[in-house]
Amino acid sequence: MAMFSQNPVLNGPNYSFADVPVQDHVDGFREHRFNPYTDNGGSTLAIAGKDFAIMAGDTRLTAGYSINTRFSPKVFKIGGSTSTQDDANILLSVVGFAADGEALKERLDSICKMYRYRHNKPMSVSACAKRLSTIMYQRRFFPYYVYAILGGLDEDGAGAVYSYDPVGSYEREQCRAGGAAASLIMPFLDNQVNFKNQYIPGSGVGHALQERERQPLPRDEVEVLVKDAFDSAVERHIEVGDGLQMMIITQNGIEEKILPLKKD
Amino acid sequence: MDHRPQHWGRPRDDVYGAYDASYMRPNGPTTHTQSPVVTGTSVVALKFKDGVVIAADNLASYGSLARFPDVKRLRTFAGTSVVGFGGDVSDMQYLDRHLQELAIDENYTSEKGHTLNARNLHKYLANLLYHRRSKFDPLWNHLLVAGLDEDDKPFLAAADLLGTTFTSPSLATGYGEMLAQPIMRRYAKDEEAAAQLTRDQAVDIVKECMKVLFYRDARSLDTYSIAVVTKQGIDLKEDVKLENQSWAFADRIKGYGTQTV
Repeated sequence: MAMFSQNPVLNGPNYSFADVPVQDHVDGFREHRFNPYTDNGGSTLAIAGKDFAIMAGDTRLTAGYSINTRFSPKVFKIGGSTSTQDDANILLSVVGFAADGEALKERLDSICKMYRYRHNKPMSVSACAKRLSTIMYQRRFFPYYVYAILGGLDEDGAGAVYSYDPVGSYEREQCRAGGAAASLIMPFLDNQVNFKNQYIPGSGVGHALQERERQPLPRDEVEVLVKDAFDSAVERHIEVGDGLQMMIITQNGIEEKILPLKKD
Repeated sequence: MDHRPQHWGRPRDDVYGAYDASYMRPNGPTTHTQSPVVTGTSVVALKFKDGVVIAADNLASYGSLARFPDVKRLRTFAGTSVVGFGGDVSDMQYLDRHLQELAIDENYTSEKGHTLNARNLHKYLANLLYHRRSKFDPLWNHLLVAGLDEDDKPFLAAADLLGTTFTSPSLATGYGEMLAQPIMRRYAKDEEAAAQLTRDQAVDIVKECMKVLFYRDARSLDTYSIAVVTKQGIDLKEDVKLENQSWAFADRIKGYGTQTV
């Protein structure tokens, strides 16, 4: 934590160059170790619908209290046949340590491309999801420090969202928030997407209360939901803001939207 | 005759007693670079209409000692890109040798007129830095790469010792992140605003930033290098002096050092 502090008292002398291990331990020994990780902040979000999936992420990249850049997208198209990714059918969002995120994206993309060249067809989302899990688990003892979410359309054309932890545990879900503001956004999603704690008024008392029936949300409502979730996260988390990147995958391909967020 | 080479050139055991080889044994864990030694401070860079301005002062510090006051921290690549180095100077020199070699190899193997552009160079350096951090043997630098991309549009990007990469209309490393970046962002808040700046405006803004850094960064120097990269090539000046300094504000600062009032 002291690493991110601009406070000389916490940090020892402040060098103009960050990440200097300044202090020897009080008891005289020095830790011979360089910390290969950092947290670059940011947040991501994915929601699956009946015939679409939306992946979103803010575009801020931070280092401690500094904003490195206001535009560094976190959602990527995966497995197109060229570098333009025009015919990609899978989306990946990565948040956490940006360098690992970039490396993981490049790895998965090249694997999907190889698959496409060898089999002359794009990889299915469920196959790609499993492959991503094995890639991440291969690095079990030096993990990619990222929270990844994979999105696309399944064999039946329904929206699919797979979420991962840094060592490759994964599960298919209706919606998932990841990154710095995950704890702020996820409860909102539980309520608004999975209708948690929503009951039919007057349907009973106590345990007899009937839950509101779950149904997939229409696309325009989900887009508003995503924007609202990020507007709220920006308000309460300093590492989230600047821009909102939204990728919407449907039968007709992938559409990208960039919307402004507060820059403070 | 002792035929074991590891015993040659050593005092004879029968005369001097057993040789103390302890100095050859690694003591403690393998120690790669765990912290920088001789360091360079900020690098600042700003995009404008048809290129990029980049600057860094000519000082290499040894801790708080201003040890080498004539070290050039901007290096050109293939006559088309400039790399600015912050952080460890020996790692910078290693990277510079490496890039020199790369430029020569590319020149031999590539078609005429085709070589790595700034985007390619940045990707190469970022991958190199990421690879070294993954080996737990980092190159302790924070770099800015300035030049033009494949469409001859201005290109500016950063890469640090962890392999983190990012691009922005203006970038600064080290103290420049706190002192220069806010100044540059006032003039170039986004790509559109940067694309409105003229060369002269961009140079003036960067020079102003170098001045502010000299005022407030104790590891900085008033002699600096500044380069302008455009389609026409690189205009690199390596011995520029800060102009129009005004230390009038210093009079008003109270409460530090040996003052008694």
